[in-house]
Amino acid sequence: MAAPVVELRDLWRTYVLGGHEVHALAGVELTIEEGAYVAIMGPSGSGKSTLLNVLGLLDRPTRGTYLLGGRDVSALDDDDVSAERGRRLGFVFQNYNLIPQLDVVENVEVPMVYAGVGDHEARERATALAERMGLGARLGHRPTELSGGQQQRVAIARALANDPLVLLADEPTGNLDTRTGQEILGLLDELHAHGKTLVVVTHDPGVAARADRIVRMRDGRVERIDVNRPAGATS
Amino acid sequence: MIGARARRLVRLALKSLWAHRLRSLLTALGMVFGVGAVVAMLAVGEGASRDAQQQFLRLGSRNIIVRSVKPPESTSASATRSFVVAYGLELSDVEVVRATVPHLARTAARRDIPSDLWNGARKHRGSVFGVETSYREVTNLELARGRFLTDDDARTKKNVCVLGAAAAEALFPASDPLVGSVRVGGDYYGVVGVAARRGTAPASGAGASGEEDSAVFVPLAAALERFSPLIRVQTSGSRSAERVELHQLIAEVSGTEQVTAAARALRTLLEQRHPKGDVNVVVPLELLEEAARTKRRFTMVLAFIAGVSLLVGGIGIMNIMLANVTERTREIGIRRALGARRRDVVLQFLAETIVLATVGGAIGLGLGVGLPFAITKAFDTPTAVTASSLVMALLVSAATGIVFGLYPASRAAALDPVEALRHD
Ligand SMILES: Nc1ncnc2c1ncn2[C@@H]1O[C@H](COP(=O)(O)OP(=O)(O)OP(=O)(O)O)[C@@H](O)[C@H]1O
Ligand SMILES: [Mg+2]
Repeated sequence: MAAPVVELRDLWRTYVLGGHEVHALAGVELTIEEGAYVAIMGPSGSGKSTLLNVLGLLDRPTRGTYLLGGRDVSALDDDDVSAERGRRLGFVFQNYNLIPQLDVVENVEVPMVYAGVGDHEARERATALAERMGLGARLGHRPTELSGGQQQRVAIARALANDPLVLLADEPTGNLDTRTGQEILGLLDELHAHGKTLVVVTHDPGVAARADRIVRMRDGRVERIDVNRPAGATS
Repeated sequence: MIGARARRLVRLALKSLWAHRLRSLLTALGMVFGVGAVVAMLAVGEGASRDAQQQFLRLGSRNIIVRSVKPPESTSASATRSFVVAYGLELSDVEVVRATVPHLARTAARRDIPSDLWNGARKHRGSVFGVETSYREVTNLELARGRFLTDDDARTKKNVCVLGAAAAEALFPASDPLVGSVRVGGDYYGVVGVAARRGTAPASGAGASGEEDSAVFVPLAAALERFSPLIRVQTSGSRSAERVELHQLIAEVSGTEQVTAAARALRTLLEQRHPKGDVNVVVPLELLEEAARTKRRFTMVLAFIAGVSLLVGGIGIMNIMLANVTERTREIGIRRALGARRRDVVLQFLAETIVLATVGGAIGLGLGVGLPFAITKAFDTPTAVTASSLVMALLVSAATGIVFGLYPASRAAALDPVEALRHD
């Protein structure tokens, strides 16, 4: 069995709204092994995005333990959390979230710049990644000059910039038509085949069907985990 | 390493500013005009001050100038026709001044006789200045040709003269003045020298513009003997006469430190001897100090204006940067998600304001250098742009960028990444 990349123990995320406590996450227990492809599903408001934000260190749990690659990241200070985010995690958002004034290569470079990679190396790696995502003809283009699918490819290239432990995606195909969505999912499959650990939040059973496991959320808890395939196995 | 990071920050700042170039330009305008106005005003002030300094220095920083002035009472009493008004310095004053005022190195007395100067049929309206031979050294009068009046000339009351530059040109346009002579009334004076052009006469007290250029200098003793101290004055029908023995006494003090003491003694003495107030004491050094005080006041007012305009410029920048931060909230969230620390976000926005303020300041500098140049051309006013004002303007603009950029930048950095990403 592969080593766990993510371990969540009794994880809570509680919002206080007008004196009321809302538990977006209420004691989540979850282990994700290296190389796994995990889909997170569940009804709206069940805490999927909150879970992904906590996994991505964008949000902090109110309580509980989060081990990322064996390191307890629950109590790191902001600088260290930022560094972990940039170096060990990669994000793909539903709305791409590219920086409009930067071109394709520059967008892909951003995580490397913050990780202290030298100018020259960053440029080379960014170019190679963008080309691998099929953007070889668009390297100098701004996000507004790209289709949604192309933008999401840039976002994936950017998420891979620092070769993260885990790639996190929240509805990565939510804004795309079916065909383009299939292309993006194909890219994710390919990454998975190369051993990348993926966590994808989705409403789409077709998307979830590509994952090894489906984590079903309800009311801030993991309700059930469906196993499509043994972890690490490729189809 | 630091250099590479700074370069990257500046490049990123330029990119973001360029993405909104019109807005950036408008934002920087406050700095442009603030810095431009300050540098230009400093240049005008510096030019005026240098001009004044030069004028006073030409009067001689160690000199004290005593001039005869018509007392005010007699001007109002001039209803009386054909009345002889006697006033001003007398030879006896000079004796007493020499004998009693401390620290005097030398003195030079002058008597002015307005008269027509002739060379054959050529006439020049000018003056005869009867001067002591020390006049040249005391007033730093330069000679273009020949020699100045000597003690020998004075003792023998010889009919010799030195021509002012304008008089020489008017009377001897084609011939050599040094072999000619000038007629005043019935007497001929052999020309022994020609003075260099003085140009604009020193201001405040030394006399009208160009009067020395239009004069002939003769030994004082000769002037006293040949010209009556009575001068007829005609003013709108009424005829009167003035009796003035000497028009000017220039006293040179042995050192700058003694000028104040000598001036005090001289004033006290003259107040006793001329209670009517018909002499006037001008001390160039005092004028110089007064000019310096004026300049300091001017500089303080300028510093205040500069402060206000930079404040206005800075607030403009801060205002736009706050809007900028709000507008780019999502970008901040993205950058945070991609590993930017708070510090990185602060530096990014700070770099933008600093670049904006400094570029604005630099454009303002150009304006501030160009404007004085244009002012000098257009109004013939001296201006001087000093290097220190340029360096200061740039430093102050950069500092303005830091001060007014800090708040928007820290607001940007304080944003919660999740909130920022949700923003649109
Ligand atoms: N900033 C917040 N303040 C207060 N409550 C919040 C906040 N963010 C999320 N919640 C609450 O936490 C719960 C989980 O929200 P979350 O966004 O994780 O749901 P989700 O599963 O992603 O839903 P969806 O499928 O609609 O995206 C919801 O009840 C939501 O109202
Ligand atoms: Mg969601």
